[in-house]
Amino acid sequence: MSGQAQLLPGTLDLLVLKAVSLGPLHGYGVLLRIGQISGRALLIEQGALYPALFRLVRQGLLEASWGTSDNNRRAKFYELTALGRKRLQEETDGWNRLADAIAAALAARPEEI
Amino acid sequence: MRLLAYFRSAAARFLRRPQVEEEMNEELRSHIQHRADDLERSGLDRAKAERRARMEFGGQERFKEECREALGGDFLETLVKDVRFSLRVLRKSPGFTVVAVLTLALTIGANAVVFGILNAVILRPLNVPRAESFYGIQRVSAWGTYQSYPDYLDLRDRNRTFEGLAAYNIAAAGLDAGSNPGRVWLYEVSGNYFDVVGVKPYVGRFFHGSDEHGPNSAPYIVLTYKYWHTHFQDSRGVVGRVVELNKHPFTILGVAPPGFRGTLLFFSPDFFVPIVNQEQVDGRNSLDARGAHLVFQVMGHLKPGVTPAQAAADLTSIGFWLEKAYPKDDAQMTFSLARPSLPGDFFIRPVRAFVTGLMLLAGLILLAACANLGSLFSARAADRSREVALRLALGASRNRILRTLFTEAILISLMGGAAGLWGSVILLRGLSVWQPAPRFPIQVPVNPDAKVYVVALVLALVSGILFGIVPVRQVLRVDPYQIVKAGSTGTVGRRITVRDLLLVVQIAICAVLVTSSMVAMRGLVRSLDGNFGFERRNAMLVETNLSMSGYTEDTAPAMQKRMINAMETIPGVTSAGLVDNPPLAEGWKPAVVFADATTDLRPANVAAEPVCYSISPGYFHAAGTTLLSGRSLTWHDDNTAPRVAVINPEFARRLFGSVTNAMGSYYKMRDGTRVQVVGIVEQGKYTTNLAESLQPAMFLPILQSPSTETWLVVRSNRDPQQLAAAVRSALRNLDRGLPVFTTPWNKGMDGALFASRVATVSLGVMGMMGAMLSITGIFGMAAYSVSRRLRELGIRMALGAQRKDVLQAALGRALKLLALGSAAGLVLGVLASQVLAAIVYQATPRDPLVLGGVVLAMLLLGLLATWIPAQRALSIDPLRLLREE
Repeated sequence: MSGQAQLLPGTLDLLVLKAVSLGPLHGYGVLLRIGQISGRALLIEQGALYPALFRLVRQGLLEASWGTSDNNRRAKFYELTALGRKRLQEETDGWNRLADAIAAALAARPEEI
Repeated sequence: MRLLAYFRSAAARFLRRPQVEEEMNEELRSHIQHRADDLERSGLDRAKAERRARMEFGGQERFKEECREALGGDFLETLVKDVRFSLRVLRKSPGFTVVAVLTLALTIGANAVVFGILNAVILRPLNVPRAESFYGIQRVSAWGTYQSYPDYLDLRDRNRTFEGLAAYNIAAAGLDAGSNPGRVWLYEVSGNYFDVVGVKPYVGRFFHGSDEHGPNSAPYIVLTYKYWHTHFQDSRGVVGRVVELNKHPFTILGVAPPGFRGTLLFFSPDFFVPIVNQEQVDGRNSLDARGAHLVFQVMGHLKPGVTPAQAAADLTSIGFWLEKAYPKDDAQMTFSLARPSLPGDFFIRPVRAFVTGLMLLAGLILLAACANLGSLFSARAADRSREVALRLALGASRNRILRTLFTEAILISLMGGAAGLWGSVILLRGLSVWQPAPRFPIQVPVNPDAKVYVVALVLALVSGILFGIVPVRQVLRVDPYQIVKAGSTGTVGRRITVRDLLLVVQIAICAVLVTSSMVAMRGLVRSLDGNFGFERRNAMLVETNLSMSGYTEDTAPAMQKRMINAMETIPGVTSAGLVDNPPLAEGWKPAVVFADATTDLRPANVAAEPVCYSISPGYFHAAGTTLLSGRSLTWHDDNTAPRVAVINPEFARRLFGSVTNAMGSYYKMRDGTRVQVVGIVEQGKYTTNLAESLQPAMFLPILQSPSTETWLVVRSNRDPQQLAAAVRSALRNLDRGLPVFTTPWNKGMDGALFASRVATVSLGVMGMMGAMLSITGIFGMAAYSVSRRLRELGIRMALGAQRKDVLQAALGRALKLLALGSAAGLVLGVLASQVLAAIVYQATPRDPLVLGGVVLAMLLLGLLATWIPAQRALSIDPLRLLREE
């Protein structure tokens, strides 16, 4: 398990949006996709995913519909709505700004002050 | 858009609950299947893979709960669930529920009633247009709102701060509208009254200032809606009809609108007549007498932008001018403004103090109830700690558990509040139609309005939260692991807890109430057989007013003589006398007198303000008033004889220093006539306030100071009803059109005892409620302490403890608290009784009967409250107990 990072609070929603933006996914698929795109570096509790998904649906960022998975099982698939796409863009920009700022701050050396 | 999604999701959650739930289950199942598929592919067999997948997923129920919350719509649903759950729990302990709901119903009901009264009497503005700028005026130095009519005219014409000033007086008159002549109560109003107040006629027209052209120039009547409805059957043809008022023809002009019942809260008149016709209505004319402060109230709307302080200053500057212009009649003409709905600050203050005090008491009782229910609730929470622990262990959040506890509390408080409100509305409606004084159209219009409902609801919610909050800390402290493992731990605290304090406070409050209600009750009983300077038993009061039959002060005395003679000839009557207004009846007459040496008869030089009576010679004998020295009055003391008076000791003390100095001495009346004191009678009670300090009084011969108001005092041993019939027929033989009212003198005191009775009854009711609360409080605590210590008590018994020891261990604490609270309450109650002494005659706590009664009551209360827990403690079977626990 070493090498895996705990999620920062609030970032799960962003990751879910990103994962779903790459194509419709069912719940388990979202987990796999996040694992895949994060290089298995992020640890997500499996059950914790669902409240996040339900919350995003309620906020109108995701849309859910039932379908059949590759395993030939019934599953609920999630898709990004227009609002969700917009939100993903905003959150991504916000995250990048934050990450840059923190990276810059952390990279500061005494002679630059 | 987002909102829409929220509502769709919430609505879906709510409306298609089973389906949504099923979908959620299926989704989680599908997740686990997919995971198991992956695990299976990595080489596990199917069963193991599924098991592993489930374990990896974690607590399904917890996530489902979180999902439900994430979905929204959960608030309503959780609420419904909580309510259902609470109802189920409450149904399981009906005893607790009934006690709690009943307690709250009583206390919230009491609060709603008292608030209803407070609202109607103090808070609610008068039912006139622009009530916020409507003020009555009063002289700061005088009690009451009386002005003289000439002063009123000057105030009306010279002020610059009121839109207009109207005046009115309350009077009774005999009305003959064709059938039975009867007494009516009316307002004598200035012509501009309706225009100043701002009401419009419902039928016909009103009279105006322009209708006044000097004395008796405006014989008009405006009916109130109620009188029109009850006596003229809503007939519009009544306009223009001529009726006889005190034998004078008056024309009915119109009808006032339904909601308008005059401008005095407690008094609803039958109709209005112009004050310029006062002579015809009252039988006398005081319109020119500047020194006679006989106009009941002067009032009006302030001009826009004028503050009450500015208006008072304006009036006071007129007052200074009046003092200079009429030094003989006017003094201390400093004015202030007051609410016109009640007659002046001297009246408003005690009423407000009393109602506020009552409100405070009701609030205290509600607090006590909350404290009580709070401890009952936490006792229950403790008993349920195993259940709470189990629910916590199974994944319920503490929030959720607290919420169910709160739901229970609020549910109980709402049920109690609803029941209490229902009762109080019935009570208030009843109070509104109740007529406390049969002689007067006095009503207490306390119909509940929206404010009362809101207050009751808020009180219910607040009290629910208050007592719901008590067990919160307890729940937050619960450690499920410990409790499930070891069972509820019976920690026996020796230190003083908040709950103990609450109980002591509550017992103290109860003791205060019990003490003061007993003090009030004793005072009332004592005042029923107190000596008031006359003998009430075996005496009948016959009220008539000769002006209702058209007599004047000149023609009345002859008729009065004949009336007394007629009374004396009734078989069984031992004596009969006449007085213009009996002592302790409503409406005593104050007068001013001067020392004989005073030559400058200005108000500042007044020597005393005695209560003044005009009496016939036989009055003292008939009333049973003892003559201390000198002689009584005779029929020879007429207007050709020197002016004489009989006075009481307080009058003698104030004017002459002592009773012996007074005999034969002179004093001066307002008009300067010298009056000689010829006799002194015993001190009595005169105004309707039995708790009054010693009042000076003077009795004048009816022939020297005539009055058309005629009260006959008839002393007889005959049955009151037979006597009343005989009196009526005797008087009818003298004048057919004279309205006559008879009451036994005992009942004629109702007005004087009214305040005491109200105080006693309300304190008694509150005391009983306080006692009930204390009983439930002590009972709850004792029962709790017994149930928590059952095991310990069992062990003690097994080791040989006696019944006494067991009882002491189980109940000692409760009884100690009871003693402490009672002692504190008794002391406070004795202190509080001093306030009571101002309302209830002879209310003193220094009375062995009261003190003994309080101690006995509190003991009884303790016995009652601890009986069942004591029985339970004594019936412990140590063997069974130790085996089971």
